[in-house]
Amino acid sequence: MIENPKLHVDKPRSRAMLLAALYIAQEQYGWLSQEAIQRVADRLNLTPGEVYSTASFYTMFRLQPQGQYRVQVCEGLSCYLVGGAEPIADYISNRLNINPGETSADGKITLEIVQCLAACDYGPAIKVNDELYGNITEVGLNEILIELLSK
Amino acid sequence: MFEPILTQNIDRPDSEKIATYLANGGYTAFKQALNNFTPEELVDKVKRSGLRGRGGAGFPAGVKWGFMPKDSQIKKIVAVNTDEGEPGTFKDRQIVERDPHQIIEGVLIASYAVGASRAYVYIRGEFFLGVKRWIKAIADAYEYGYLGKNICDSDFSLDMSVHRGAGAYICGEETAMLESLEGKPGNPRMKPPYPTQTGLFGLPTLVHNIETLACIPHIVLRGAEWFASIGTSESKGPKIFSVSGHVKRPGNYELPLGTPLSEIIFEHAGGMSSNRKLKAIIPGGASTPVLTADQVDTPMAFETLERAGSQLGTGGIVVMDESTCIVEVARRTTKFFAHESCGRCVPCRIGSVRLYETLDRIEHGFGLPDDIERALYISNNIDGNTFCPMGDALVNSARSTIKKFREEYEYHIKEKKCYKDHQ
Ligand SMILES: Cc1cc2nc3c(=O)[nH]c(=O)nc-3n(C[C@H](O)[C@H](O)[C@H](O)COP(=O)(O)O)c2cc1C
Ligand code: SF4
Ligand code: FES
Repeated sequence: MIENPKLHVDKPRSRAMLLAALYIAQEQYGWLSQEAIQRVADRLNLTPGEVYSTASFYTMFRLQPQGQYRVQVCEGLSCYLVGGAEPIADYISNRLNINPGETSADGKITLEIVQCLAACDYGPAIKVNDELYGNITEVGLNEILIELLSK
Repeated sequence: MFEPILTQNIDRPDSEKIATYLANGGYTAFKQALNNFTPEELVDKVKRSGLRGRGGAGFPAGVKWGFMPKDSQIKKIVAVNTDEGEPGTFKDRQIVERDPHQIIEGVLIASYAVGASRAYVYIRGEFFLGVKRWIKAIADAYEYGYLGKNICDSDFSLDMSVHRGAGAYICGEETAMLESLEGKPGNPRMKPPYPTQTGLFGLPTLVHNIETLACIPHIVLRGAEWFASIGTSESKGPKIFSVSGHVKRPGNYELPLGTPLSEIIFEHAGGMSSNRKLKAIIPGGASTPVLTADQVDTPMAFETLERAGSQLGTGGIVVMDESTCIVEVARRTTKFFAHESCGRCVPCRIGSVRLYETLDRIEHGFGLPDDIERALYISNNIDGNTFCPMGDALVNSARSTIKKFREEYEYHIKEKKCYKDHQ
């Protein structure tokens, strides 16, 4: 089989592993600190600049320390139409006394506004770390927050 | 009565498992393809079926297969697009979570037909359950001998792996997806060359949406003519429509292409969620132009929606009742695109933000007398002037709502408040 010598498809160039490596580093360090970026760069034989500029392109890579739980509120149109988006974000803001993008004083919860989570059929939708919650009501949201804060 | 095809298994218990898939005839289409047809015959079959891509652009699938180089000396790739991020669309998530083997079977047949030996799955980072389902399904397919070397004792081999995106809508655009698979920021590439010529790692790559791939086993089993008998003259086969917004039963509904929008909204989705009247509909995801209530009988097909001034897009239908502020709809949608612009070209990067600022000002009662003209001027300067199709997509919401609901924009500017407060 003729292969371009510069292209190793079944042994992809190390660069192709970058997103996966960033996920692993993020898991280990909690966020992508300078040290984490450097470590990924060393492992994959890339410059820290290449690693950083890729990490900063994607919203799921955290370039700042985050709370233990990331509560993400969908601000998409379908969720908005059924009472989601701002009312939900405002409720959490007031309850925890933080703005979107900020972390609660105890380091537990980071509030974020995100785009459509492809859960429009059971909006209003929110995500807590990797878990998706739908049909959010004020009562339900309150229960979720109490549970997170008590963990 | 139309019997679901792509979603026929999703309500079975353990529908995502390989045992369930096999018990319901899974992988027989692939074996037939392998034993009874040459790759050329399969390409021809898919061409004759009239299948068009379900990822948004609607390109004829068989024609794309035909673009792949025939030279067996060149290594070829199939790339599977599970990046679904178009607001109002949630069909791909359901297929991946509940019937991933149907897609793998489609990938197998496509790979055999175009001579690919490697398949890469790209999945949106937020789809955590979907990632897990993909990984498990691929591992099981290896274990049962449907992936790997010499599949089903043939000389056909295929390796497949899953790659997780990390939160960027633009990575659904096929060339941005290839960049992301290569570990780079997801900036779209120049086309041509098209991926079928120069794709992942520079190799010829066939990119498909997963709903497109899910159609393939059924075309092989039941024939191109059967598939082409479903739908309209230019839009063939079944389609999963995602319905959300002000309806009683939001959800995915699989129906023939060409089903009237009114039937989907009022019969399948149970009608309006309150006693308020229908006001507007987005028919194919946030990047398609809005339709007004009097267009609700439009058949959901490529050609009919185009004639109605919109597009089929992803088939993500967002239903809005008369309580909806149309300026807010455009503002929110444009905010999404301004956020998701990859930043590569000026009209999209700057234009999306300027358009959003203008709509935001109007919505909040600070609109200037010439802001409607400004929004149109900005839109016209983005449309057709960007590097990738996202520029054309991002102006659709503002431009179509201004065209169809101009008086609401004027009311906002004149009265400095929302139209719906006045109703
Ligand atoms: C901005 C933008 C976003 C896109 N997002 C997706 C997506 O999330 N999923 C998808 O399958 N196709 C998406 N597409 C379409 C792809 O570029 C490509 O046409 C499609 O994956 C081809 O597969 P198909 O022929 O099976 O539809 C997007 C296109 C654009 C311009
Ligand atoms: S149109 Fe927008 S998304 Fe597409 S390349 Fe230009 S800046 Fe990026
Ligand atoms: S709009 Fe919130 S999940 Fe789609």
